[in-house]
Amino acid sequence: MSILIFAENRNGKFPRHVPELVTYGRQLADQFRVQAIVLAPGRMDHPELAALGKYGAHRVLSVPDQSLDVMDNRMYSDVILEIAGEEDAEILLFAYSNAGKALAPLVAAHLQAAYVSAITGLPAGTDPFVVRKKVFSGKVFTDIFVKTRKKVFTLAPHSLEASEHYDPVTPEIRHVKVHENRNVTERMEIKSQEGKLLLTEADIVISGGRGMQHPDNFKLLEELAALLGGATACTRPVSDEGWRPAEEHAGQTGKIIAPDLYFAFGISGAIQHLAGVSSSKVIAAVNTDPEAPIFEVADYGIVGDALDILPKMIEEIKRRKHV
Amino acid sequence: MEIIILMSVVPDTSVKIKLTADGLPDMKEIPWIINPWDELALTRALELKEDPGNTVNKVTLLHVGPSTHGQVLRKAMAMGADEAVRIEATPRDSYETAYHIVAFLQERAFDLVLAGIESSDYNGAAVGGLVAGMLDIPSVSAVTGIQTEGDKLHVVRETDGGRETLRMPLPLLAVVQKGIAKEPRMPSMRGLMMARKKNIHVIEPGAVDSLTEYARFELPPPKPPCHMVDATNPGELLELLENESKVIHLS
Ligand SMILES: Cc1cc2nc3c(=O)[nH]c(=O)nc-3n(C[C@H](O)[C@H](O)[C@H](O)COP(=O)(O)OP(=O)(O)OC[C@H]3O[C@@H](n4cnc5c(N)ncnc54)[C@H](O)[C@@H]3O)c2cc1C
Ligand SMILES: Nc1ncnc2c1ncn2[C@@H]1O[C@H](COP(=O)(O)O)[C@@H](O)[C@H]1O
Repeated sequence: MSILIFAENRNGKFPRHVPELVTYGRQLADQFRVQAIVLAPGRMDHPELAALGKYGAHRVLSVPDQSLDVMDNRMYSDVILEIAGEEDAEILLFAYSNAGKALAPLVAAHLQAAYVSAITGLPAGTDPFVVRKKVFSGKVFTDIFVKTRKKVFTLAPHSLEASEHYDPVTPEIRHVKVHENRNVTERMEIKSQEGKLLLTEADIVISGGRGMQHPDNFKLLEELAALLGGATACTRPVSDEGWRPAEEHAGQTGKIIAPDLYFAFGISGAIQHLAGVSSSKVIAAVNTDPEAPIFEVADYGIVGDALDILPKMIEEIKRRKHV
Repeated sequence: MEIIILMSVVPDTSVKIKLTADGLPDMKEIPWIINPWDELALTRALELKEDPGNTVNKVTLLHVGPSTHGQVLRKAMAMGADEAVRIEATPRDSYETAYHIVAFLQERAFDLVLAGIESSDYNGAAVGGLVAGMLDIPSVSAVTGIQTEGDKLHVVRETDGGRETLRMPLPLLAVVQKGIAKEPRMPSMRGLMMARKKNIHVIEPGAVDSLTEYARFELPPPKPPCHMVDATNPGELLELLENESKVIHLS
């Protein structure tokens, strides 16, 4: 048997969750004394592929077929199933990303494997096999028995730290016998946010709510984010009002993020907003209302006016950084 | 064109969940709602049906759940769905839910199936993909926009680094998320009256065994109180973030 790790391709590069996923896959593989095998679809540079060995991949299988440039769910799942069959994969791992969430359940259905999404760590036991996840949008933890021999999981972001303990490996090139008529997805247009730090990838997120008062005031958040090397986010009313772009809306119905620092300015901390940010390592909040629920989940807080505190903070950072 | 909405019924998202003495989520006296993404999916389906340029002629709700969910199903009917089907089962995992849905869809003509990205209670993010996989039909996920173009669809898909517009044939299963419709539609007075007369078809389920089982539940440990810093000294907060929790680097 083996463990198969799906490593998605973002414009020829691996997104930041791939090293985490490979680190996780290797630790799981060690528990069963089997190989951790990476499947990397699409065209990708050799060194980028080889580097996954450092995170513990025993083997890296690259499938550089042009027909994989656009993700067709069924064709991708065919490719994964074919390789999973050849490699006798018993556990298949995906990221909790848009692509991972699209493909993992499809693959599970074909394998008649149990599927659990957003597991948060190594299994609590392997006989019986028990995994952990959060339910009720982060408000409750649960342990789940997985009853089938084959298993498919997506891994919640930041479940563990990526670590480089091993040597690079030589990638193997595979080609798949793709049945073209399985591919029905025709791409007409593509808009990428290249060059911009993605909210879901940022270590530091500076976020604003209705308490920021006016769209212009978000310039202060952008400035703070730039100084700290972070991305900006917002609450749903802020994006609904058009103060900020929809991609920045965090929460249950928006993006689910888990940065090292989530810095909330003028955000009340509604339960639906917290559902998207409560896995952050550290939460800091500035709010004029000492009773705001955000302070119940925050590690650090200031009761005060964001519009007064932000310029002072920016000044202080500039002084410390000598800019 | 016929659209089928897979609809999940969930506890109101603003409710604080407690555990019972047996360690199970306490569902007593909890208000139930339409899963937020499914409500948006239904809203979009109804918009398409009402648009004169479109060819959608029927919107059907499909729910797997006990009769106590009937009330929520009626509310969804009142938004304007033509028909509702409830499969009389209390699924123990997403596989069981998908199994019942697939059994129904195998016997029934459809063009487009819409599922939400996840149910806001157990956050399975599973049923849509499982159904597409089990039926082996084309699917697309992370969908934030749908338009019809003759017998094809234009679909906007969020990717992890942007968005794409795709052209896809029917039949199709689309897993939708926020953005698919602006605001959930409110049921109208007329809708409420009509819904009372409309029939909910109840179907007996086949036998199936779950692939997973909840072993136990646990509330997260209480968080230590928030460390408050005086508003006159924002620099101290930066200090703490840099030296105590080490999440920012200023030098
Ligand atoms: C089904 C459903 C799903 C939802 N999903 C989401 C979601 O995904 N994401 C989301 O964010 N919301 C979501 N919501 C909405 C959510 O319930 C809240 O309404 C929203 O998060 C509140 O946004 P806010 O904190 O910006 O605004 P408010 O709640 O209005 O809070 C503003 C805060 O700013 C403070 N303030 C005012 N002036 C200042 C100042 N000068 N300086 C500092 N602080 C100040 C106030 O004290 C207040 O606490 C959802 C709601 C529902 C029903
Ligand atoms: N009991 C159910 N009946 C019908 N559809 C469901 C049910 N549970 C989940 N779904 C659909 O599957 C989507 C994802 O839910 P889940 O996999 O439970 O997180 C939901 O948004 C619904 O569209």
